[in-house]
Formats: sequence, structure tokens, C-alpha cells
Amino acid sequence: MKNSIAERVSDFLKRYPPFNLLDDDSLIKISCKVTILYLEKGDTLFKQNDTFHPYFYLIREGALSLDHVSNDKEKNIVGVSDAGDIFGIRPLINQENYKLTATANEESIVYGIPIEVFEAVTNNNVKVYKYLITAFASNTYDSYTEKVSQEIFVDYLPGKSQDIANFQTSNYTKTPITCNENTTLQEAALKMCDYKIGCIIVVNSDKCPVGIITNSDIKNNIATGKYPITTLVSNIMSSPIITEKKDITVANAQLVMIHHNIGHLCITKDGTPNTMLIGVLTHHDILVTLGNSPSIILKEIKRAKQNSDLRKIRLKANTLLKSYLNQNIPISHIVKIISKINDAVTVRAIELAINNMNMPPPVKFSWISIGSQGRKEQLLFTDQDNALIFEDVDEENYNKTQDYFLALAKLVTKSLNSVGFEYCEADMMARNKSWCKSISEWQEQFQYWIFNPNKESILLSCIFFDYAHIYGEKKLVDTLTDTIYSALKNSSMFFKFLGKDALKNPPPFGFFKQFLVEKNGDKKDLFNIKSKALMPLIDAARVLTLSKEVKDVNNTAERFEKLAQLEPNNKELFNSCSYAFKALLKFKTKQGLQNNNSGKFIELTTLTKEEKLKLKRCFKPINDIQESLILRFDLKNTI
Amino acid sequence: MNFNWFRKQKKNYPAFWQEYLDSFTDETKDTILNTRFIAFDTETTGFDQHNDRVLSIGAVSLHNKSIHIVDNFEIYISQDIFKAETVKIHGIMKNNTLPKVTELEAIKEFIAYIKNDILIAHHASFDFAMVNQMLLRNGLSKLKNKYIDTGALYKKSQHIIYQDNLKNYSLDELCEELIITKTDRHTASGDALITAFAFLKICSRLNKTNKFKWKTLL
Repeated sequence: MKNSIAERVSDFLKRYPPFNLLDDDSLIKISCKVTILYLEKGDTLFKQNDTFHPYFYLIREGALSLDHVSNDKEKNIVGVSDAGDIFGIRPLINQENYKLTATANEESIVYGIPIEVFEAVTNNNVKVYKYLITAFASNTYDSYTEKVSQEIFVDYLPGKSQDIANFQTSNYTKTPITCNENTTLQEAALKMCDYKIGCIIVVNSDKCPVGIITNSDIKNNIATGKYPITTLVSNIMSSPIITEKKDITVANAQLVMIHHNIGHLCITKDGTPNTMLIGVLTHHDILVTLGNSPSIILKEIKRAKQNSDLRKIRLKANTLLKSYLNQNIPISHIVKIISKINDAVTVRAIELAINNMNMPPPVKFSWISIGSQGRKEQLLFTDQDNALIFEDVDEENYNKTQDYFLALAKLVTKSLNSVGFEYCEADMMARNKSWCKSISEWQEQFQYWIFNPNKESILLSCIFFDYAHIYGEKKLVDTLTDTIYSALKNSSMFFKFLGKDALKNPPPFGFFKQFLVEKNGDKKDLFNIKSKALMPLIDAARVLTLSKEVKDVNNTAERFEKLAQLEPNNKELFNSCSYAFKALLKFKTKQGLQNNNSGKFIELTTLTKEEKLKLKRCFKPINDIQESLILRFDLKNTI
Repeated sequence: MNFNWFRKQKKNYPAFWQEYLDSFTDETKDTILNTRFIAFDTETTGFDQHNDRVLSIGAVSLHNKSIHIVDNFEIYISQDIFKAETVKIHGIMKNNTLPKVTELEAIKEFIAYIKNDILIAHHASFDFAMVNQMLLRNGLSKLKNKYIDTGALYKKSQHIIYQDNLKNYSLDELCEELIITKTDRHTASGDALITAFAFLKICSRLNKTNKFKWKTLL
């Protein structure tokens, strides 16, 4: 019988090692027995200490993260495997239980390669086994080195939370920017500017490194007037340079730098200055590998060359978030930093996507984020909600222009998805034709919502009125904002509807002041902190700021603070709302980190008495603000 | 005189068909994950269920979110009707060397494969009609299996705002929306595999909105 599917599987396998070392016959034999597995985000393929499966795995689409949980329940990400990567090969090498946990980082399709068939087919193929052993070794987890290195890098580690374990070999820059000894300093400096780098390596005719010029060399020698800018680089370079082999570990590299009091190591073929330069390892690279500082993360995002870089960096941000929460840093500060990082990731994803389009954008455009990202309240990975506004174009060019931006948005949303931001289930994303429009269409859209308030338009308004400019032409967004506020002046009906909508979730108390929990479904008896506690505050803040014509403040806590400024006699109420919101957001984030989800549902039994009290105290402002809404927008009769 | 207006004429079906019909008696519903689903697709000479014929059937089985390639189905049927204009779509030529079987043999193998499991197809009514015509031509009755149409299911998975959208999604559009890599479009097996992926992805979306229930699926 013809088996087309097995043939396609074999075509895919052929592209990746070790399968590329096998002949077609063997591949078909394997392919016929392959199992195709579909994993939703968060699905676990195997757990640490599970007995081994009769398969090892190859990723067809998506990505899986491999985690190791240490004895004190600390979870460490050992690596993220992408399309074409093999993993779970422990049963193939030695039949032991799994040492790592494999979880889908995004929606993934994985091929399960049957070990029995694989072994029968590859019997005695030395090359195949050599590859597998290497792959196996590079993925294993060595708890001893981690312990030692944690002691060495104690100053970089907030507490014990450590992201990607730092026993790994350093990630150095593999394409160092160089100049030869006869270059003038001006040329070298221009080159540094072009590549946005802080140092350049001077090499001789054999490509061996002889010296290095850093920003501080230029400052010390040129800016001070010691040398003219036409001087040769060899006059001012720091020399000799320190070289190392390419497999130096992070720990060792750090020690060498401390020892010589330098910030750059040259990586050469054999580790001596007499062989060819193959890379540069900077102090920055080390910090990045250990990476827990927001400025480093931001810098790293700007330099990311592909999606998988962005994902790695964004995962670090989660570690950062965790340590911030543990250190009790004010939530408003944390929110700002994480939003900055999320925005930067989006900007970089857009830039990368524009590069991948075959032409630059035909007109100016603005990428806006809406919903929680627009309010800058997105701490964990949640849905991506976004939209796109482009400049007005002639009618005959409209479809063409929209198609361009739809294609661009498709790339961006796809890459954001692979970074970890899930698609919006309501498809409120710029890749949707309805949310990727010219500025005049957007103006019409908002006017329509404002002048025709009904259930659907209010639902959409709640999401779209929290927009924030992320990338591109800010003017477009400002124009839109002006239109909205002038339209709002003429529509008191809209406020009534919006106000009524803000009351749809009453304060989460039962008659006996107990928590109102979910009544059915698989979330039974869980407390929905998002809809029951956060949404009433978010909705109230939105309608109040809109009615006060407060522009450009989207964050709910900040909105309340702004309102407190504008209405001193209600200061206490607004401040208590702002406080309650921050406290609730922190609750949700902590729960989310603990359970590796959005933190929307809280299991009340896991809370301590004190935490429950804290949570309840946050509900009082919800009650108060809702009462004030009823008075303010005269909602008593409309309810 | 003996009137026989209301008594249903019991036909004499071949043993395999009778066995198939009888297998539908006891209905116990397992959990969705524990149920075997069959995603299938047909390549035909055209869209007319009376004059066109099935050229090939491809199917894969789904169980607990995985597809075992060992357990897939692919068959080519020899037909007297041949239409040159559809060859460019399915690529099955009249005299190519693929091993082909008669309709009856294909039916026997297909029935042995699908048993009484739930079938999945994209725009299922068409594939069902084509297979049913084939069954009737061979003196059998219509398929009794329950089925799920991925086109209809996709609509159910959408957000309320878009649900009144009357658009009918083609398999290609569905792939675009769900981000499924299209390989082997327009071979029965390839389309069956794509349909299976579509089903899994739609289910995961339904699951997020708590709609992943038998009620929604069937």
C-alpha cells in the first residue's frame, strides 16, 4: 500500500540530523511507525522521573521547554528546543527515567520516533550514535556545577532564582567586527557606529588578534586631544589582548576578566593569540547569559536577530519578574519595567518582520496595543491584543496597502506568538482585516461605537479604548485620540452604557461576606480574580478617565491617581482604588508564576488566613467606586 | 392478498456490512480524549454525487491527541469514469502504476478500518455523499457513523462577535487561520492529515473557552 503520509514524514526527517545520515529506505521504515503528537501550550510530554517512553522526539512545529526541578522545588529551564531539534533521547542512550520535564512552550506538533525501529535500522551506524551522544550530553543537567557557579556569581543572582543554568559555555559573538593595523582611527570609529558596537578588534594580516579599541580608548586618547582622529589604530589600541578557547565556561570567563581587569576576551582557534580570531566574548555577553538586569534585557532585545532570541530574552524577563516580586519591589515599578520589555519585544518583532517583507511599508503606520497590554498591566505572558492604523491612501490603492499591512501583521503576531504571547482568542489582532485600517476608517469606527452604543460596541470599546502607541507614527494615534474626545463630548448616552457595563461585575462578596467562587465547569470553587476583582476597577477607571478627558494615561492604577489629582474631594476613594488594584494585580501575578498560567483563577484553600484578609480588604473600594458611578452617570434607573 | 406497506424490507446484505450495521447498537460515550476519531478525505472526478466517482480515500486515526502513522489508510479505486480536467487537482492519472482496487474491495477495507468510530472531514457532507453513493451502487446502505465537520466546528470555536459571519471556510483558508503547514494538499491522505490537525487545533481553542464537550463536537 502506498503511504503518502509516511513519505512526507520521511521528507521532513531527512532535513535534520541524525536522520540526514540515513538512507531513504531506512527513513521510510522509521516513518511508517512514527507517531504524530499534538501538544497544546502547557501540555507536558514527559515529566522528570517518568519511566521512559518507547519513543524519542523530534519537533515538527513549535517549541518545547526542558526543565529541571531541583530538590528544593526550584524550577530551572535547561533549554528550549525548536523545530528540527531532537530531545527525550535518554531512553535511547541508557534506559533510565527522564531527568527533565518537557512542556510545550507554544502549540506544537512533535514526531515520536519509535526507538525499537530506529535501533534496528541504524544498527552500528557510528556517525548516528556519535551525533546522538553529543546532543544528549549538551542537554544534560549537572547539578554540581550549578551549585559551584552560584557561589561564584552570588552578586549577580537575586536570591536563588536562576534562569538558564550558568554552567554552560559562554555565548560569544561569533562574527566579531575587525579592522587591520593600518586603518585610521576615524574609519574604525565609523565602523563601530555602523555596527552599533562598543569595541573593535585589530587583526594582523593572518587574522590573528593584536589589539582592541574600545569606547574608553577613544575617549582617553582622541577626545582629550592626545592624538588626531587620523592616527592609526595601532597607536592607541590596547595590546596585548587576552585570548581564550571557544569552549570557555561562563564561570571561567568571568574569572579571567576579573583577573586581568578587562571587559573583552578574544576567542581564537586554539586559545592563543597566534591563531585566527573566531569571536569576542564581552562582559556584556556574560551578564546577558546570567542576565537579570532590565537594561541588559532591553539592550539584548534591540540586538535580537531572530524570534528564538526574543523568546529566550523574554523568558529571562519572567525570572526577573519572579525575583522582583520576592524582593517586594513596588508593583507599579515592576509593571513599568515589564511593560517596557514587552513593548520592546513587540517593536523588535515589528522591525524584524519589516525586514522580512519584500518591500518597505508603502505609507506611515502606527502599531497600537490594546486591552491589557495597552493599559500596560501585562505582567505574565497573556494574550496579544493589537491593531494597526495606516495613513489614508487613494481608493484604488487601499486594498493593496491594507494587504501589505495585513501580511506584515501576520508575521508580527506569529513571531509574538512564538515568543510566548498567545493569539487573542477573539482575534483582536492587527492581522484581522477589521482591525487593520486607515486612520479615517478608524475614526469612523470609534465614532460609530460612541454614537451607537449597544452590547457589542461596548464590548469592543472596553478593549479598544485602552490603546497605546507602540511603534511607528505617533501622530496617527494622536489624531485618533482627538477625534474620540470631540465625539465623546456629544454623547452622554455612551457614558451611560459604559458606566452600566462597568457595573456588570458586582463586588465579589456573598451575603455572608464570603468569596463568590465559580459555580460550575472545571474551574468550580475557584475564585476568578480577573473578572470578579480586577475588571470592575479597570472598567470604572476607563469610564471615569474618558469622561474627564484624561489623555494618554492607560494604566488603571495611574488613572485612579490622576483622578485623585483632578478631584481632590474624592481623593481618598480614588487612592484606595489605585492601591487595591495594585494589590490585586500582584496577587494575580504571584499566582500566575506559581502555577505557570495567567493567574486568573485562585484556589482559595491555598491562601493563608492573612492573604485572604488582604484580598477581602481590596474589595471594599470596588463597592465604593461602583456606588459613585451610579450617582455620577445617573444609572439608577437604567439598571 | 398480503399488503406489506409498513414492514421494512429487510435486505440481504453481505456479512461484512451486516456486521458493520450491527456494531452501532450499544452506545457508550467515553471521554473525548479516549475516543478514536478518523479524519478522512476523498479525491473525486468532480462535484456531482451521481455522475462523479471516488478515485481515492485517505484517512488517519486520532487518539488522545496523537496520530499513529501505522494506523492510517490510503486506497486508490479503479473507475470507468475519468475526467481529464480534474487530474490537475488530484494528480491521479488514468493509467498510472498505483495499485488500484474495485469499489467493493475499497468499501470492505474502508469499513474494516473505520468500524463504528466517529468520522471527521472538512465539508463532511460532500465526502459523505460521495461515499454513500458508492455504497448504494454496490447494493449497500448509507454510512451510519457519526461525523464532525471541521468547517462547522471552526465556526463554533470563534468568538461570539464573529460567529454570525456566514463565511464558509475552505480547507486552505482554515489552514491559514489555524497556521497549519500545507503539504500534500489535494491528495486524499494529505488532506486527511491536515483535517486531523485542524480538528486538534480547533479543539484546543474550544477547550480554552470551556466549550470542549461532546455537545459542541457532534
